[in-house]
Amino acid sequence: MNPVYEKYIKKESLPTLFCPGCGSGIIQMAAIRAIDQMGIKDEVACVSGIGCSSWIPCYLDLDVIHSLHGRSLAFAQGLKLARPDKKILVFTGDGDCLAIGGNHLIHSAARNIDLTVVMVNNRIYGMTGGQKSPASLKGMKTKTSPAGSLDEPVDGCKLAEAMGATYVARWTTAHPIQLEKAITEGMNHHGFAFIEVLSQCPVQGSSAFGDKTPAGMLKNMKEYTWIKKKGEAPPPDKTVIGLLVHRTDRLEYTDQHVLMPGGTSSDKPIEPAKEKRGMPND
Amino acid sequence: MTEIILDSKCCKGCDICIAICPRQIFIKSKKRNAQGTPIPDVVHKDQCTECRLCEKMCPDGAISVERGTK
Repeated sequence: MNPVYEKYIKKESLPTLFCPGCGSGIIQMAAIRAIDQMGIKDEVACVSGIGCSSWIPCYLDLDVIHSLHGRSLAFAQGLKLARPDKKILVFTGDGDCLAIGGNHLIHSAARNIDLTVVMVNNRIYGMTGGQKSPASLKGMKTKTSPAGSLDEPVDGCKLAEAMGATYVARWTTAHPIQLEKAITEGMNHHGFAFIEVLSQCPVQGSSAFGDKTPAGMLKNMKEYTWIKKKGEAPPPDKTVIGLLVHRTDRLEYTDQHVLMPGGTSSDKPIEPAKEKRGMPND
Repeated sequence: MTEIILDSKCCKGCDICIAICPRQIFIKSKKRNAQGTPIPDVVHKDQCTECRLCEKMCPDGAISVERGTK
């Protein structure tokens, strides 16, 4: 067993429930390496919802809440307000974060509360048998859309960006080094960090990435994506990956809360924000 | 020489390491672990450049690359 993996994993609960070739294992490894490199094992607390991806922190030897379906961000915000000294890492899936937990994502991004959200997007409901999820691509054939999906996919990164998240990045499981770096940056960032990870589901999601083997899906994932470069327009048929937003102009939520230690004292009323309202691209 | 250790207990036989290694150090084999999963074979360890991509891409943390003493 890998020595870094061995240091952070609960060995009594192995093997993990992930299917062979599941992208969640790669994301788990990236998160472990990021935590190990920062040396903050005792300061991290993980929160997750329901879904395959939400099992990622359950195997880690850290403080973990495995919460209700879609409510991972609600639990995480409560935990952050109760323990502002902890660095909170939220693992959630596309169905968990965009469908049932969509409102929690919108409001936590608008609050700019100091959380690091890793949204594992396999474009399908993998755990329940491969139903269509909000992130399923148009025309994608799933168990509940056998003739091809009619809906436009929900873009979690654009949603978070529009609501004022201050760190937004998107990577895939085929880019483990960049993903590890993004998780490190997200945890160091003081504010709401949203990292979307495109991940393969070799059992249910073969229509999302055009192959049936995990290795073929990883290869296709590199082909279907385009790393964001400054001054270049993205190709229309590709998903843009990379660091999408990094702002430092917004106040963090717990810093301005009157009841927080170190927050605004009750003698001094909360000043209205001077930031420009509206879309960040204005 | 670099030592590449593949933990057969952890391996689930997804073959990502076979596809991802730039030097083709992992190859398909007929070996099976205790659960009956076909596991890859490690060959040509002397060609390893220690990029550690296999360590990072293994979903089950089964591979560890250790720098040997020359």
